[in-house]
Amino acid sequence: MPQTRLFLERRSYRRRRIMDVVRILPVICALLWLVVPTMWPNGPEPEAATFLSTALKYLFVIWVIAIATSFALWRRIHRHDHKQGGVQNGPRD
Amino acid sequence: MVTLNQLIAVCLAYVALLFVVAFWAERAALRGRGGRLLGSPVVYTLSLSIYCTAWTFYGAVGYAARSGLEYVTIYLGPSLVMIGWWWVLRRLVRIGREQRVTSVADLISARYGKSNLLAVMVTVMSVVGVTPYIALQLQSVTLSVSIFAAQGAGVGAAAGVPLSDNAAFWVAAGLALFTVLFGTRNLNVNERHHGVVIAVAVEAVVKLVALLAVGAFVVWGIAGGVAETIARIDASPIGTWETSGSRWTALIVVSAAAFICLPRMFQVMVVENDDERHLQIASWAFPLYLLAISLFVVPIAVAGLELMPAGSNPDLYVLTVPLSQGQNGLAMLAFLGGFSSATSMVIVATLALSTMMSNHIVMPLWLKLSQSGVQQSGDVRDVVIRARRLSILLIISLGYFYYRGSGGSGALAAIGLISFGGVAQFLPALLGGIFWRGATRTGAVAGLTIGFVLWMFTMLLPSFGPDGALPAAVFEEGLFGLGMLRPEALFGITGIDPTVHAVWWSLSLNSFVFFIVSSFSFPSPLERLQGAQFVNAFDHSSGPAKGWSAGQGGAEDLMIMSQRILGANEAQAFFRAHAARQGSAETTPVPTPEFVQALERELAASVGAATANAMISQIIGGQAISVEDLMAVADESAQLLEYSGRLEVKSRQLAETAQELGRANEKLTQLSLQKDSFLSQISHELRTPMTSIRAFSEILRDMEGLSPSEKTRYASIIHSETIRLTRLLDDLLDLSVLESGQVSLNAEQANLHDVIERSVLTAQASSPRRIAVRRAVQAEDVTLFTDGDRLAQVFINLTTNAIKYCDAVEPVLRIAVRREGSDVKISFSDNGSGIPVEAQNLVFEKFARLGNGAGDGAGLGLAICREIMTRLGGDIHYVSHEGQSTFEVSLGALMVEKDKQRLLPA
Repeated sequence: MPQTRLFLERRSYRRRRIMDVVRILPVICALLWLVVPTMWPNGPEPEAATFLSTALKYLFVIWVIAIATSFALWRRIHRHDHKQGGVQNGPRD
Repeated sequence: MVTLNQLIAVCLAYVALLFVVAFWAERAALRGRGGRLLGSPVVYTLSLSIYCTAWTFYGAVGYAARSGLEYVTIYLGPSLVMIGWWWVLRRLVRIGREQRVTSVADLISARYGKSNLLAVMVTVMSVVGVTPYIALQLQSVTLSVSIFAAQGAGVGAAAGVPLSDNAAFWVAAGLALFTVLFGTRNLNVNERHHGVVIAVAVEAVVKLVALLAVGAFVVWGIAGGVAETIARIDASPIGTWETSGSRWTALIVVSAAAFICLPRMFQVMVVENDDERHLQIASWAFPLYLLAISLFVVPIAVAGLELMPAGSNPDLYVLTVPLSQGQNGLAMLAFLGGFSSATSMVIVATLALSTMMSNHIVMPLWLKLSQSGVQQSGDVRDVVIRARRLSILLIISLGYFYYRGSGGSGALAAIGLISFGGVAQFLPALLGGIFWRGATRTGAVAGLTIGFVLWMFTMLLPSFGPDGALPAAVFEEGLFGLGMLRPEALFGITGIDPTVHAVWWSLSLNSFVFFIVSSFSFPSPLERLQGAQFVNAFDHSSGPAKGWSAGQGGAEDLMIMSQRILGANEAQAFFRAHAARQGSAETTPVPTPEFVQALERELAASVGAATANAMISQIIGGQAISVEDLMAVADESAQLLEYSGRLEVKSRQLAETAQELGRANEKLTQLSLQKDSFLSQISHELRTPMTSIRAFSEILRDMEGLSPSEKTRYASIIHSETIRLTRLLDDLLDLSVLESGQVSLNAEQANLHDVIERSVLTAQASSPRRIAVRRAVQAEDVTLFTDGDRLAQVFINLTTNAIKYCDAVEPVLRIAVRREGSDVKISFSDNGSGIPVEAQNLVFEKFARLGNGAGDGAGLGLAICREIMTRLGGDIHYVSHEGQSTFEVSLGALMVEKDKQRLLPA
């Protein structure tokens, strides 16, 4: 009977935490992209409004960070599974 | 200066290049070569870029010029989906591969019990939803051609109109030709089109390079650097953030939904997926592509707004800005980029849609119309391929007529959003299907219907303007004059942006109805089976669904039908492989449920789940699946668990039984040994007196002249030996009677004191040794109801033993009586050295005598005592403590009471 172990060795533990980051990353991005811009002042008054370049920089910087994080996560998992000589616990679970 | 002829020549050369690349890829795939490139994550990621169509290429700049940063929502949504690949896409790809789905309609239909109704609904909705999108591509290509034509003619853009109509036609025809050639060459297993995918990947590179080149020219060529560009952006008419929060959120959500649901995205993302691992690579690579392609959109828009005269179409800034600066080569590259985006989108979209149409509309109709059934011979593949080609022509024609009908007006982005809103309606049924086992077919049908109707009413029809598709009165007063039903203010709620309004109401009511109807309807067994497989796609406990009851003699018919769909060679190979797997040398396997299941999947990869299911049920005669079967499949893992649990119990029981058997065997061996030693003991015991009797009787007989005293002595020896023999035999008899339980006990009232008194006197009288006996007479006054003689026999034996074996100088025997509850215990302790520890277990055994052999007993006394006590319902055992050897007799509770029954022999 396959039983889930309660505690894991360091390497498997690390892999699970990486997968946690993979899961949480889109949530963080959604918060930053979906919620934050709706709080910016907008409207015809030029002094109150956000500059377009500021908004542009904000969105693209998050974009770059998200891509870089996603890339780093992929690299880590890839290396991890490579060292492990196979995928454990089912593919990417 | 680029002439129209040059443009056409470049276009043709480009298309020829694509043909060559696609052709090479097909050939390579056929020969099994080029797998590394064809199946690489790079190609996979690039093929995803068909998301970026001419809308992206031209429309995004136009969108930015009109509404600032809003355009970026269209890229943020898909980026979110890709970064969150683990949640949805991973599941979709796994399910798509396991169920061999051919399209988004196939997936939804397969999930909800292989329902053809749902497949048809999704197909029709897709065609309706995507038609404006295809028109958009034609429009953008035509517009871009018209720019060059106008330049060539040296007159205003209006002069290009008649030519652009022709251009639209020729572009449509060319696209149809390309799609037919490479999309329907073969009715492929897995529905993979390597030629198309590689062509799309090439086009992805071309459009990215083109847009980046124009962007770089604008930033460094026109503005003069990054800082200057930023300054220009802030100074431009779109220099401030003016997007409303609700619109921002709604657009991100709808683009994310469309990214998952668009038939062409589903095609490249799920159907053409070669390796699940590519998805994670695409999770950062594709957002990177999106970022790159949207990076220069705002600078180009700002440059266009600055440089181009008022009234020029912002959708074409990508072309007109380089042209206005005399950069003809760059403009040509930009044109090729736009052309690439348009063509790749149209090819893949029509391919996906034509698969859906042929699998879900044409094939079921054909099956129904050709009543002769599916068993007849003749290649169905011709029908399928012809259906697909016709579908491709139909879809492209629809797009073309939509373009002609709408007059080619309208911003590209607005048209694109309408499409997005339409396909986003699949999302609730799709996500519900892969995450929620409670989702039912009825719920999906209801949700899709509501969502689609609302989308038509609030988004598609109003897009034609007042008095276009809907009379102006409907806009003003609502449908049927009901104020609640105004297309841009449903339920009387006004003041919402029309796009947000349409997306909000259609998606939320779609989801709500889907959920409620699903919760209150009951799925069919097949639906539940499929639902479990989809939702639990990552647990392998539930094996493939076995729904088919194997029919008799159906194999031939199945073979004929499969040949018609898969082709003779492929079908025969498939059948042979399965026959071999079944261990048969024949070419046709037995149609076991497993085989029929495998065949259904194989067919589903060519004609879709619902059609494959229908075809097989025509031959096998209906899917014999009951709720019981369902439970059996669903509970397979539970059963396995239970089985292993039972196995464990069984093995434990077995181990216990084995142990018991071992113990019994040991006991038997001991008993056998005991019997042997008993026999040898008995012969020994009998032999000793016999020998002396024989010897002395011989002396008496043979010896002459014996004195009378001698004669008397010898005769008395013989006599005493005979007595000893008799006693031995008496004891043996007694023991065997006691052991066999045939003894009769005479229960009567007796006083314990009397019994002890009698026993002590008898024992002392029969022995020459003296022993001091200490008693507590008061305690002995207990009335018993038992066999006093037998009890006395025990006491006599114990007393005699004490007299015989106590080795103290002044032997003392203490007889103590004590009551323990209702029990009475009598202990006989003497002050001798006691019984050695190793012998304590043996004293009650037959012929057990202590080593010194001093006594004359046969060693049966204590054995008899124990038997008597057991018969009387009491017990006797040896207790050794404080240097005393004590025999303790417990009379048992019942001896004290007047219970006659217990004293009867068992």
